[in-house]
Amino acid sequence: MSTTELQPRVGFFTDTSICIGCKACEVACKEWNDVPEERHGFSGTSYDNSGRLGANRWRHVAFVEQPAPPQRNGDGQLRWLMSSDVCKHCDRAACLEVCPTGALFRTEFGTVVVQEDVCNGCGYCVPACPFGVIDQRAGDGRVWKCTLCYDRIKVGGEPACSQACPTKSIQFGPLALLHSRAAERVEALRKDGQPGARLYGADHGDGVGGMGAFFLLLDEPEVYGLPPDPVVTTRDLPGMWRAAGAAAAALAALVAAAVAGGRR
Amino acid sequence: MTATAAGTGTGTGQRGDGIGYYGRPVLHDPVWKKEVPLYLFTGGLAGASSVLAAGGRLTGRPGLARAARRAAFGGTLVSPALLITDLGRPSRFANMLRVVRPTSPMNMGAWLLSLYAPAAGAAAALDALGALPRVGGVADASAGVLGSLLTTYTGVLLADTAVPAWHEAGRDLPFVFAGSAAASAGAAAAILGPPPEAGPARRLALAGFAAEQAALRRLEGRLDPVVAAAYRDGPAARYLKAARWLGVAGGVTLALAGERRRRAVAGGALLLASAVATRFAIFKAGFQSAGDPAATIVPQRARVRS
Repeated sequence: MSTTELQPRVGFFTDTSICIGCKACEVACKEWNDVPEERHGFSGTSYDNSGRLGANRWRHVAFVEQPAPPQRNGDGQLRWLMSSDVCKHCDRAACLEVCPTGALFRTEFGTVVVQEDVCNGCGYCVPACPFGVIDQRAGDGRVWKCTLCYDRIKVGGEPACSQACPTKSIQFGPLALLHSRAAERVEALRKDGQPGARLYGADHGDGVGGMGAFFLLLDEPEVYGLPPDPVVTTRDLPGMWRAAGAAAAALAALVAAAVAGGRR
Repeated sequence: MTATAAGTGTGTGQRGDGIGYYGRPVLHDPVWKKEVPLYLFTGGLAGASSVLAAGGRLTGRPGLARAARRAAFGGTLVSPALLITDLGRPSRFANMLRVVRPTSPMNMGAWLLSLYAPAAGAAAALDALGALPRVGGVADASAGVLGSLLTTYTGVLLADTAVPAWHEAGRDLPFVFAGSAAASAGAAAAILGPPPEAGPARRLALAGFAAEQAALRRLEGRLDPVVAAAYRDGPAARYLKAARWLGVAGGVTLALAGERRRRAVAGGALLLASAVATRFAIFKAGFQSAGDPAATIVPQRARVRS
């Protein structure tokens, strides 16, 4: 992170234990950001028919239907887990680090935003994101993702999704404040008989240096479609560059051996 | 797919879900099209040919050096066109040189290609004109050094992503591409060059193919089996098999060609086709890996548990 932050770092705390799956966040995001519509049918798996995050979906509500843990209900009972997913605005953001044009940048709020007038649609950020968030928009060629409503927070407002959330499952604010609030909430849930309650993305020691959008989950992250241990790909880049250097030297050695032989 | 109980960390627990969230991929598919694997081939052919051209000049083989320079020039002309075509907004290709960013192999590659292309172009042009031999020597040397890096950085380009079959192969992909490009450079020079000077080209083609196959074997062996599946199934596996047999056929033909040009052309063409197939195999493996939630989740889950 830069040491010259002009604003306190802000982000989202998504408390999935009180998400009711209403998808108001998906709708508010689309409306405010003028995100194009998508056609999709029934997924056939759950009440989630909007699929996943992408160029045309910057908030996505996961809907998990699973057997309830035995300590909560009798055997054979089902439970629903709902979680509104969003760009994580990573501290070490792979999309930003691999972007060859500088189109992706870190704002004064510590968030990660695409400059659409710079992006040339190279697509490098798409497979670089360990969460499968950013994607290229068909017919447009550029990549799009959540901006954490850069336009709204710049004038002191809050993002459209958190403002629309009727249960305060999505909370916006300074990250430090959200972290302490989340820690209290996990404690309370565990005391209340929810041993599966845990925070995801609140640890600055994780593979992406902590997330600007973090979550309170009631099951393992992968159950919600989140990677259990995401790592910014560029962490391993020095070793890769060394391998490329060694391979270049090996190529030179192969050629040297080939031309060192006889004339034939 | 088998169902798992809630809280075990592999799936939603509902019947037929598969791993993760209803068996859906965690990552997005790459958006790159066929231009990218073709560039991996043409860039490698160009870069390794420049190394061979420098070697030919240093050992007094003007015919071999000329053939290699021409192959390098051909690859240099095609490569930027392929890269620009693949962009979502081709008219903005120059934005690649808007910043200098060592954490972006694509940015480094754009700079590398911008330096390499004039060197390779000058080497070929001065040779064709028979002008300024000293400057031509400097161009050959520069193109050789830059070309060796152009050949191998593409391994980092793929590996610097979250795609398990590419990322986890980061130590091996540059060697796969170096070997494959050496084979291509040797094959191209054997096709284009004077048969009396084709000995080094043939040797490079055979050694390069052997090195590529050895590096591929090492790559697969070092991967977690869940990740290596991307190279063992589907289109990637079929391309790998095609690359192997095209290469073997090309290598044998070239080795037995002697100074007979037709046989050299046939063997060289087979080896070039093999190198193209290798690039498509690795390219396809990335898509298969990104689309497989197990390749993303299982190794990460094992890391968290350990």
